[in-house]
Amino acid sequence: MSRLNLKLALLSAIAFGMATGAMAAEKLKVGFVYVGPVGDFGYSYQHDQGRQAMQKALGDAVETTFLENVPEADSERSIEQLARSGHKLIFTTSFGFMEPTLKVAKKFPKINFEHATGYKRAANVATYSARFHEGRYVIGQIAGKMTKSNIIGYVASFPIPEVVSGINAFLLGAQSVNPNVKIKIVWANTWFDPGKEADATKALLAQGADIITQHTDSAAPLQEAEKAGKFGFGQASDMIRFAPKAQLTAIVDDWSGYYIERVKAELAGTWKSGDTWGGIGAHMVNLAPFTNMPDDLKKMAEQTEADIASGKLNPFKCPIMDQTGKPVDCKGGTALSDEQVLGMNWYVKGIDDSLPK
Amino acid sequence: MRIDLEARPSRSLALDIGAPIVALIAAILLGGLVVWLMGKSPTRAFSVYFIEPLLEGWSLQELAVKACPLVLIAIGLSFCFRANLWNIGAEGQFVIGGLVGGWLAIATHDGAYQSVIGGWWILPAMLVLGTLAGALYAMIPALLRVWLGVSEILTSLMLVYVAELILDYLSRGPLRDPKGFNFPQSVTFDDVAHLPYLAEGDRLHAGVILAVLAVLIAAFIFSRTLFGFEVRLVGDAPRAARFAGFSDRWLTIAVFAISGGLAGLAGICEVAGQIGQLQPTISPGYGFTAIIVAFLGRLSPFGILIAGLVLALTYIGGESAQVALKLPNDMTRAFQGLLLMCVLIADAATRYRIRFRLGALA
Repeated sequence: MSRLNLKLALLSAIAFGMATGAMAAEKLKVGFVYVGPVGDFGYSYQHDQGRQAMQKALGDAVETTFLENVPEADSERSIEQLARSGHKLIFTTSFGFMEPTLKVAKKFPKINFEHATGYKRAANVATYSARFHEGRYVIGQIAGKMTKSNIIGYVASFPIPEVVSGINAFLLGAQSVNPNVKIKIVWANTWFDPGKEADATKALLAQGADIITQHTDSAAPLQEAEKAGKFGFGQASDMIRFAPKAQLTAIVDDWSGYYIERVKAELAGTWKSGDTWGGIGAHMVNLAPFTNMPDDLKKMAEQTEADIASGKLNPFKCPIMDQTGKPVDCKGGTALSDEQVLGMNWYVKGIDDSLPK
Repeated sequence: MRIDLEARPSRSLALDIGAPIVALIAAILLGGLVVWLMGKSPTRAFSVYFIEPLLEGWSLQELAVKACPLVLIAIGLSFCFRANLWNIGAEGQFVIGGLVGGWLAIATHDGAYQSVIGGWWILPAMLVLGTLAGALYAMIPALLRVWLGVSEILTSLMLVYVAELILDYLSRGPLRDPKGFNFPQSVTFDDVAHLPYLAEGDRLHAGVILAVLAVLIAAFIFSRTLFGFEVRLVGDAPRAARFAGFSDRWLTIAVFAISGGLAGLAGICEVAGQIGQLQPTISPGYGFTAIIVAFLGRLSPFGILIAGLVLALTYIGGESAQVALKLPNDMTRAFQGLLLMCVLIADAATRYRIRFRLGALA
């Protein structure tokens, strides 16, 4: 109760013209814009976990605000609202916020912006993302070993490079331990719609899939797998509490380290625009504890995770065959370049699906 | 006991005007109660929600920008709804209008087709194309109804999903920015394909003028023209309209064309004024929200203008509440639902008297 009163007192203090402005050294206000609800227990939830960890780590030095469920086509106003209410560093966490972020950043050159998963930068707009495909390679290996029917169901969101490279990395991982494995893909055309995701999963299970992989954000596919007595993987967040018997592991996005580092830089006045693309090695992509699988498989997965972290293993090491069986041009490198992965719009050999061109 | 709704013999003007105001106050009180139960100050929430956005220049601009598509679509819908025709697919007509108009901007990107006569014609042509496309798209449910008697509610609603998927496909495929790393977005429009801004801050676009014009023209049509009379008559007394020699087939086509055209215009205004490119989704559900706006405004043009602004205010106020009070976004949505329910109840109360009868049923 006393905490509530304190909050109210603070709020009214802000309301009545910052009368207490001199009370404390000015806090840095940091804003976050999420595309989904913080309660999605997936992508936006994980960004919010990062925000909370950052708030905890930096304590009184910062004050954070978030706007959730912001539609991408109508996000410019939301971002501007944060810029106008005294936020000095603003994280916009979905690809569709790219142009609106740049437009607002142009109007507020003294405010710094960070846009997740985009590719356009400015002096006050940095970009950041995670190498989710590294995690997908690991779960692909697990799926390849665990499947009995050799059919793996894949609930995908939208055919953007992040998702396509995830599918490719997953299949390459699976093929590395099981050459007979096949994947079936259903495009749910949504990031978050538990009903649709569950329907897609049911369709895949009916087609004989015994492992479900998802690149959508709700726990519904995993829960369907649990109901059917099959296995699956959590997405973006550790979803073990939704499917204690079905979750093999989960790809966990961990933004806390990045957020702490960037806010610290802003506080110190050393913030600079740039691009960050960290993977397992940088702890931006983590894997939840390996469960519901035999010990030797656990060991193999841990080894693969460690090899990717150390750089010994690159999921996209050459040679790689495209869908028609032709080797992909590696441009002299030993693996695909970052640009090739970031713009991926083709499938590797063995995927029975076609991408919209 | 049973409860009966009895139609009131006559409707009074005072009730007609008073009901929405009472409904608004009731919704605010109920919303305040929820805020209070969540442990926040209802007066502060009221101020953040409804007062503060009206005090600053930039949020007033935002209000107009947000209300613009809602008002344009709802004005069109009022033609259909008054004639007792149910176009539920304005969202689809909005998307098709934005898509077809936006296509021209992409086709003429970077000075293409402009070497001889310049680029002055692009923006007007986009607006015309968007309007026509919306109107044509609305012809599908209209003609199916006229020729085959298919329910326009179902067809117009289902065509929303068709429109969304067409836009989704094109913005991921043929219309996507060739230099955009395969991300699902078109190029950003050139200045010649962008609606001009009316005020500093680059938000208030000229589409807002079109929305106001639509309100004025609709008000004129409804009060001063035979066509406006016909629309109302067909809706209120279809048999009388037929005796009077009005063709309800022709009227169906006409009101759907108007409604689809205005939704298409709203779509291209949103794309050319606010978003500035094509992307897989261009509407956070304006076509559906506009249905609420149309009814909140009691299907009258000026009522719709006010209702559009009120609804826009709840969006902007809802965001301020998230920033200032850390209230969840769901609160905004719950409040919008509350508002609509209060209006509908008030509406029923002005038309009907509630009678409680004791005793056995006949």
